[in-house]
Amino acid sequence: MKITEQEVRRVAELANLALREDEVARMAHDLDGILSHMDKLNELDTTNVEPMAQVLFDAEETATLREDRERAPLSNADAVANAPVSGGGYYKVPRVIER
Amino acid sequence: MSASPLHGLTIDSIRAGLIEKKFSAEELARQSLAYAEAENAKTNAYLTFSTERALNAARAVDSKLARGEDPGALGGVPIAVKDVIVTRGLRTTCGSKLLEKYIPPYDATAVIRLEQAGGVILGKTNCDEFAMGSSNENSAFGPVRNPVALDRVPGGSSGGSAAAVAQGTAVVALGSDTGGSIRQPASFCGISGVTPTYGRVSRYGLTAFASSLDHIGPFGRTTRDAARLLQVIAGRDEMDATSAFAPVPDYAAALDGNIKGVKIGLPCEYFEGLASDTGDRIMEAVEVLKKLGCEVRDIQLPHTPYAVAAYYIIATAEASANLARYDGVRYTTRSADATTLSEMYRMTREEGFGDECKRRIMLGTYVLSAGYYDAYYLKAQKVRALIAQDFVRAFEQVDAIVAPVSPFPAFKLGEKVNDPISMYLSDIYTVTGDLAGIPCMSVPCGSASSGRDTTSGRDTTSGLDTIGLPVGLQILTKHFDESTMFRIADAYEKASHS
Repeated sequence: MKITEQEVRRVAELANLALREDEVARMAHDLDGILSHMDKLNELDTTNVEPMAQVLFDAEETATLREDRERAPLSNADAVANAPVSGGGYYKVPRVIER
Repeated sequence: MSASPLHGLTIDSIRAGLIEKKFSAEELARQSLAYAEAENAKTNAYLTFSTERALNAARAVDSKLARGEDPGALGGVPIAVKDVIVTRGLRTTCGSKLLEKYIPPYDATAVIRLEQAGGVILGKTNCDEFAMGSSNENSAFGPVRNPVALDRVPGGSSGGSAAAVAQGTAVVALGSDTGGSIRQPASFCGISGVTPTYGRVSRYGLTAFASSLDHIGPFGRTTRDAARLLQVIAGRDEMDATSAFAPVPDYAAALDGNIKGVKIGLPCEYFEGLASDTGDRIMEAVEVLKKLGCEVRDIQLPHTPYAVAAYYIIATAEASANLARYDGVRYTTRSADATTLSEMYRMTREEGFGDECKRRIMLGTYVLSAGYYDAYYLKAQKVRALIAQDFVRAFEQVDAIVAPVSPFPAFKLGEKVNDPISMYLSDIYTVTGDLAGIPCMSVPCGSASSGRDTTSGRDTTSGLDTIGLPVGLQILTKHFDESTMFRIADAYEKASHS
């Protein structure tokens, strides 16, 4: 086994997913199969290989810096328009700290 | 069923028709919308129609023409846009229940550019949830059906855009590609689909899945149409720091049908595990390219067998971070049962995401978690470098590489939906191009009978042998050499149709 149900529960905590019990079992099965396939990468010796995080092209170091000029931001009303709960121009969430 | 009002129309013929006053842009938009809405029950390609926006855009084109002005490079052209690309004031769901009511406050750069060029957006197309899937069966709004064979998938994740173009409910469409999501549906639906060089098209407004791999790209019924759409959306955008400064050449001007002397490589690794008639169609296409004067030689891309594993580590790791934003605070949906902040996050995500998104978030979180980062994520990034190097070496010998897009043609709805590994492995020939960031496309190269169950050899369908399922030829070139890719595809298209 590459991954146990207990590990699945821990990863679900990290990912903020409240998986149901039946999902935990199925997820353990699926991830186990996928991770086993991924072990194939260990056939390759990558000792002296630099990791590739991005597709990079030659350019001047500051090429991607844009001109620093004022421009209209998203309006407050637009920014909160899709919030499930908002008020007074803010996003509203359940109380974090009890008084 | 009446024929599509867009049947046989291309970007060039629409331009000619408008200038010669054979039809107005508004007439074309009205007819296209009526047809697309009527046909949508068959394929479920569109999730939202943008009737008012389309008619306004079309009227603006007609006004320009009436004033004697140029209608724009895409003037009056009916276009479909994948629903992971944001449109101001027009619902953008990403195929997810979580965003069922999301109305973006801004337009993607690609959308702005195509509308400035006179393009008429008919609506937003169905896709796998957050572009995660190879069959379009992971949409919260139901699967898309392949217009070529309605019991088959259209491919994914840009299945709706591919189906719309193939069905004649749009002339061209925008899709997005992270691991094959443009090329594979293009091949399954029998049209052209292009994944440009990474950074060639701004990703501003493309809902992030895996940022180092995401691309926006065009679909068309011809290579020329796809090239014309890319022409409009390509180029530096200061809203996307990864968008490239490289000048955008005139793609259509290069399509002269002459590919004599072009050196083409056939990678042996892409011909293993291929359905036999798919392989036959690819080799027949290679013969056509030889007749057109191409020099074909065998090449090697030795790290290909590791690409799927590397891809699914990198893509899911990036996805797990990108999808963290759907937490019940900003994006329309919050669990009704949550009382605490923590419950709000956890239950909103549990209720909102579909199975495949959860699987990928879990996998991505796992490979990034303490103790596994080096073994999986860092290892995958190193293998990615080896795969990119394979292409650099290959392009020292050849101008372009041709290969299949998919190991098999469109499969049946439901056939692979419960087998994630087999679904992931079907991306074997497309993830490599995304990992390397090179341009690649699919161009139709005939049809295969493969209604056959490859394990039992039993024919699982009836009658399909006579219909045939489209096969796509993949063409890959060097970074920013879309022109050579388009020239080969266009020359092949002309030769194979004559």
